[in-house]
Parts: sequence; structure tokens; C-alpha cells
Amino acid sequence: MNNYLVELNNCGVLRNHKWLVRGVSLKVSQGEIVTLIGPNGSGKSTTAKMSLDILKPDEGTNIIKKGMRISYVPQKISIDWSLPLRAIDFVNLVKKHKTSEINDALSITGIKHLIYEDVRNLSGGEFQRLLMARAIAKEPHFLVLDEPVQGVDYPGEIALYKTIQEIVKKINCGILLISHNLHVVMSQTDYVICLNGHVCCSGAPNTVIKEPEYLKLFGKNIDPTLAFYQHDHDHEHLPDGSIDDSKKE
Amino acid sequence: MFDDFIVRAFAAGIGLAFITGPLGCFIVWRRLSYFGDTIAHTALLGVVTAYALDFNIIIAVLVVSCLLALSLLFLQRRTNLPDDALLGLLAHSVLAIGLVLLGILSFIRIDLMGLLFGDILSVNVTDLLFVWIGGGIVLIVLILIWRPLFAGTVNLELAKAEGLNPDLANAIFTLLIASVIAISIKIVGILLITGLLIIPASASRNLSSTPIQMAIISSIIGVASVVLGILTSMIWNTPTGPTILTITLGVFILTLLPLKKLLISKKKIELFDKR
Repeated sequence: MNNYLVELNNCGVLRNHKWLVRGVSLKVSQGEIVTLIGPNGSGKSTTAKMSLDILKPDEGTNIIKKGMRISYVPQKISIDWSLPLRAIDFVNLVKKHKTSEINDALSITGIKHLIYEDVRNLSGGEFQRLLMARAIAKEPHFLVLDEPVQGVDYPGEIALYKTIQEIVKKINCGILLISHNLHVVMSQTDYVICLNGHVCCSGAPNTVIKEPEYLKLFGKNIDPTLAFYQHDHDHEHLPDGSIDDSKKE
Repeated sequence: MFDDFIVRAFAAGIGLAFITGPLGCFIVWRRLSYFGDTIAHTALLGVVTAYALDFNIIIAVLVVSCLLALSLLFLQRRTNLPDDALLGLLAHSVLAIGLVLLGILSFIRIDLMGLLFGDILSVNVTDLLFVWIGGGIVLIVLILIWRPLFAGTVNLELAKAEGLNPDLANAIFTLLIASVIAISIKIVGILLITGLLIIPASASRNLSSTPIQMAIISSIIGVASVVLGILTSMIWNTPTGPTILTITLGVFILTLLPLKKLLISKKKIELFDKR
């Protein structure tokens, strides 16, 4: 018996005779942060959806622990104008919470004052914080964050990552985090998987402090919440995403 | 008490407007107005079949609507046509089939105008029972599936990921629309029912700031329009179904007036003064 929250074994998704992603294996345990990175269209969201069982893999198996609370922060949500929806209604979307719980969750992400605001009046950054607040109000065992820092400026990004660290400390859930930033990940990340249609490389990130080279490059502007990920590829991709055999070692 | 046809008309109209309120909100939120229209169009085929086989009209309409929903699902998977084209294809072809069948089965005498525009003054006690019991069941089921249906309306994948079953809720919701259309044929007719679903909900949108508020206000607007509509039609001797719809439009136009804005800006000014 293992104790993984989610386990993908050699998973792939086939659409219109094309593999969106193939041969992906990953495991997330309690209290662990796994970061998925890769360029656009590399199958990061597809992989996340397999780990949530929204998409069934056409190949391989996805094993999801039974009876756990799951929270999902999708990459994009657009709220139709015809739908009157306040922040509090959005937090209550899947499960009704006590007002005190909602206040707590909104405080953690720093938007408590917007509790009765219509969601369409929120800025991009505020909406991202609302998505996060809704996800943590459920106190999930497993949390999937699909590009939670998109559309957020650099200080906002650091603040959101700090929030994620607080969440991990507070509710000790397993997190699958997706980022389009290929070189910088959250410093608390336990494991990084670089995707491009398949797993290109994976491993633990390097902390900034340990790498004087990077310090020299970026100075002290890099916040300690971030860390660098050192890629270790043994192949190159052609522009269409296929593997360049001529350069393979 | 239900001996009087006017009383029956009021009872039927009010009962229907209660349920079209919240159901109409979901139709507006999910952009399904054309879907409602399509089901309503195909109701004619259901009615003709019911007459031909000497079968209950409401159940026949329900069966035809379900077949229609299934055909839509099938076409969505088999073709790359956009939904509105598929719905148009189904709505008008099934309406045409209904009319052709009506021509072939010349022994059937149907009041076509009554079918298209409703005849609320001819509602009998059996119809009333269908409206109130059927409508009651629809309302209860809607309340039961509210959370997965609503969460799926906001974001389908999020609802699925977090353990709800929005697909099942959507399927049940389709059945609910079909049921309401089936029980409404005699009251407002198949050409006008979509209006009774959409217009009160749209008017309510202009007044509400939460989803539940919108559903409740939508019901209130619907009921008020039915009462006013029946009274007006009696005074001016106009067709009742269309009169009700005209009143809902009047309410919608009223809600466009910047009443709420005036109230809010007044509040804001007061707040400002306090500071």
C-alpha cells in the first residue's frame, strides 16, 4: 500500500489522432508540492485534468485516493454577465461555508474587504485571489493550481506564492502547481516536472542561495520564495514539438 | 372554487409562472434560450402523436422532447456544426414533420392556434393538477440539483474536479425544461413559452445581485405579469397568452430604468458625506 494522494502511471491523452501528452508519471503525497512546467501547449493542463479525473487517460492509469476533498483553481474562468455573483457566492459554489470560514479564507488571500463585491468588478489579480480563497476555504487534501500567478505582476506573484506557502503550513495538503515560467519555481517545491508533450526532465529545484552564479546574474532582486530549476534535457524539440533526432546524444 | 374558468386560468398561470422563474434564470445563465425554443417547437409533434395514439399529451411531449435532446447530443458528437445551427435544424425540421403528420392524419382536429398561442381560459381541473403537481415536482427537483447545476453553469470542469456530478444535473435539467414546456402548452402555447421563461428572468437580472435573488424576483415578476395579463385581457378582450407576454416585456422595460443606480448613487453620496 502506498499513501499517494494522486498517482499517474505512464498516462497519455489522445485527441484527433494526436497525443496531447504521453508517458507522464507523477505522484503527489500529503504536504508535498509538485510543480509542472513547460511551454504553451505542452500538456500541463491536460496532465492536471488527468490528476483530477476530469479527463480519463487513453493510456496508462490515474489513481486518485478515494474520499479526499479536492480543490481546483482552473487556468481560466469567465463569468457570464447574465449571472449575478458576489465573491461570497463564488466561495460557496461547490460547498456552503460558514461566514467566518469565508472571512478567514478571504483574509489569507488579502481580499476580505471584497466579500460582497460582484465578481465582475474584481481586477485580474483580485479574481485570482478569489479563486485561491475559494479553493482553500474547502480545506482540501489535494489542491491543483493551474497557473495561479498569470496576469499578476512580479510583487503580486511573490505575494501569491507566499500565500501558497501559508496554505501548505496551515492545511498541509498536497499541491500540484502549474507554471509557465520555465526557470523559476516556488522555493518550497519538492519536485519539478518539465513537460513538452512528454516528461523532458524532472528533479528537485535549486535554491537561489546555493547558486552564486544565479545570484550574480539577478542580484538580490530574487525573492527567497522563488527558486531556480536546472533543466537537464537529453534531447531537443523541433518547432512542431516533435523530438529532433539528429541532435540526440 | 375551481368551477369558474377565470379562477382556473389564474391558478394555472400563477402556478406556471412560479416555476418558469428559477428555470428561466438557468436558461439565461446557460445561454439555452434557443434550446428552449427548439423543445417548444418539437412539442407540436408530441401533441399530434398524442392525438393519433389517443395518449396523454403531456407525457407524449415529454417523450418527444427527450428524443430531441438525445438527437442533439448525437449530432453534437457527429458533426462540427455550431450548436445554434444544429438547434435550428432540429427545431424547424421537427416542427415541419409535426405539421406533415397533422396533414396525413386528417381525422385529427386540433385547434392549431390554441396550440401555438395557448388558451388559458379553457384550462380544466386535470390541467390544473398537472400544473401544480408537475410544477411542484419540477421545483423540488430543481432545488435538489441546484448546487451541481449551478456550479456546472459557472465552470463545468471545476464542478467535475471537486466531486459534483454536473453532467447528471444537466441531463435532469433538460428533462425539467421539457416538462415545463409540456405543461405550459395549454396556458401560453408553444410559440410563447420561451418568452415566459426568458423575459421575467432577464427583467430580474436588472434588479438582482445574487443568483437566488434573481430566481425569486423572476418568479415574482412572472406571477405579477400573469395576474395583470389575465385582467387586462378580460378588460380589453385580447388573447390572454400574448397579453401576459406583452406585460412581461413592459416589466422588463421598467427594470431598464436606472432605479437601482439612482438608489445606489444616493447611498454612496450619503457614505461620502459621513466621511
